[in-house]
Amino acid sequence: MKRIITALLSIVLLGAILTPPAYAIDALPFKDRAQELRFQQLTKQLRCMVCQNESLADSTASLAQDLRRDIFNQMQAGKSDAEIKQWLTSRYSDFVLYDPPLRPSTWLLWFSPLLLVLIGAMVLWRILRRRAQQPLPTTDSGEDW
Amino acid sequence: MNARLLPLIGFVGLFALLAFGIHWNTRHEMNEVPSPLIDKPAPEFNLPLLFDPTKTLGSKDLRGKPYLLNVFGSWCPTCQDEHPFLMSEGKSLGIPLIGLDWKDQPDNAKRWLAHFGNPYSTVIADEDGHTGINFGVYGAPETFLVDANGVIRYKHISVLTPRVIEQELKPRIAELLETKQ
Repeated sequence: MKRIITALLSIVLLGAILTPPAYAIDALPFKDRAQELRFQQLTKQLRCMVCQNESLADSTASLAQDLRRDIFNQMQAGKSDAEIKQWLTSRYSDFVLYDPPLRPSTWLLWFSPLLLVLIGAMVLWRILRRRAQQPLPTTDSGEDW
Repeated sequence: MNARLLPLIGFVGLFALLAFGIHWNTRHEMNEVPSPLIDKPAPEFNLPLLFDPTKTLGSKDLRGKPYLLNVFGSWCPTCQDEHPFLMSEGKSLGIPLIGLDWKDQPDNAKRWLAHFGNPYSTVIADEDGHTGINFGVYGAPETFLVDANGVIRYKHISVLTPRVIEQELKPRIAELLETKQ
């Protein structure tokens, strides 16, 4: 029984290792390999608005296909990544970007982890200081190791 | 303060946070993304009429009075849920209800409207979906209230329920019609 489970598990693991990363592939006529890589890099950073937990690169939603086509066309027209992102955010808001921009409305998002670490450090410092003020326990705790 | 109460206080705090989260989730549509186009000029468009593709209707033709743009498609099941409310309320809105047939085969859309009824004053066909994308549409049905100057004043994602029509749409339409006169 154990052997069967091990065999099954290794098949699953092997499959997971050997499967190439999945992209939703459209037949887009890229100029060269560099442009194709740039396209993949860009669409990986963008959110599919329909599925919302998938990137534009991975999604098979029909709107994602349309947006990939539009992004491709804009690349052909010589638009920069920043211009394409701007084009998308002006329609679909910053939510399409997986990497949210730093601005006053996103300060809480960006700095709350730092804030939590600071609060934790303060609590820790207070506890340690209080302990330091307490008399040391006697070295002979009565425990025999 | 008794230090032994601390775990209990922590637990109650966490419980309150999670309960609030569940409460928040039931009250809000978490997939809804606020549109950056609110209070901005509606994107320009000029699209063929569904029932007469030789003619077009454009954003310029619609200047001068407010209108409601409803994005739908025959492929969209939620649009079917919305459809009866448009049939019953569409005519009493006081402004034209324009249908934008989004990413759809015109023949399918015509059949869909023939079968369920046509609540729209005009239907325009956006076959390749570009106008929808310019409006930031990501899930039909979506509805845009555009004022006489061509500015988007309000957007609703998903079904226009009678409650939304009464409480959110009609007051805004009344406001637009009032300021116009």
